[in-house]
Amino acid sequence: MVDVKILDTPLDTDLCLRQAYDQQCGGVVSFVGTVRNETQGRKVRRLEFECYLPMAQKEMRKIADEAIAKCGAAHVVMHHRIGTIYPGEAAVVIVVSSPHRTAAFEACQYAIDQLKITVPIWKKEFFEDGEHWVSAHP
Amino acid sequence: MKINVLAFGIAKEIVGRPKEVLDVSDGITAGELKVLLEEKYPDLLKLRSYFLAVNEEYATEEQSIKADDEIALIPPVSGG
Repeated sequence: MVDVKILDTPLDTDLCLRQAYDQQCGGVVSFVGTVRNETQGRKVRRLEFECYLPMAQKEMRKIADEAIAKCGAAHVVMHHRIGTIYPGEAAVVIVVSSPHRTAAFEACQYAIDQLKITVPIWKKEFFEDGEHWVSAHP
Repeated sequence: MKINVLAFGIAKEIVGRPKEVLDVSDGITAGELKVLLEEKYPDLLKLRSYFLAVNEEYATEEQSIKADDEIALIPPVSGG
């Protein structure tokens, strides 16, 4: 099962976990990416995320399908939030379940690593004294 | 031919708007379009990298673009 969503509301980590539970799966691994309150010593006030929605959904689905094909995951849930997100809040939740734990760990790592490379989502950090698009410049 | 170009993230700020219609020669490739865009918006060259997507898929440099294709400027992504 694959469940990919991009939402502009707070993410429900319990819901993501529940969706991945399966009596045939002995391992459920979750990753929650949250907003840090500082970057290189500067206080972060908030992040603003935007995305190219149809392409981001397609790319996330590709990653989930690959996590199943390459790592042997049974179920992959990937929810990403967009809009304004404050420190401490979750920006992304990934839950993977698999009959055995090794595949679940590998698939979860694969999913978050690939998401950060290919999914067209962008975040802008807002500090007390400025703002910038993350990773845009060398 | 006319093509639609969408811009996201910092590319939207560089272009100055989220969408524009460009008139380009028939059969232009994604690589050639990048050169045109860089001439028009030199700040694109300051980015760490950027890609073009054609109809919601990453494009190769050689890929040719057709009229009414939806092109997107994809600056370095930073989700997660």
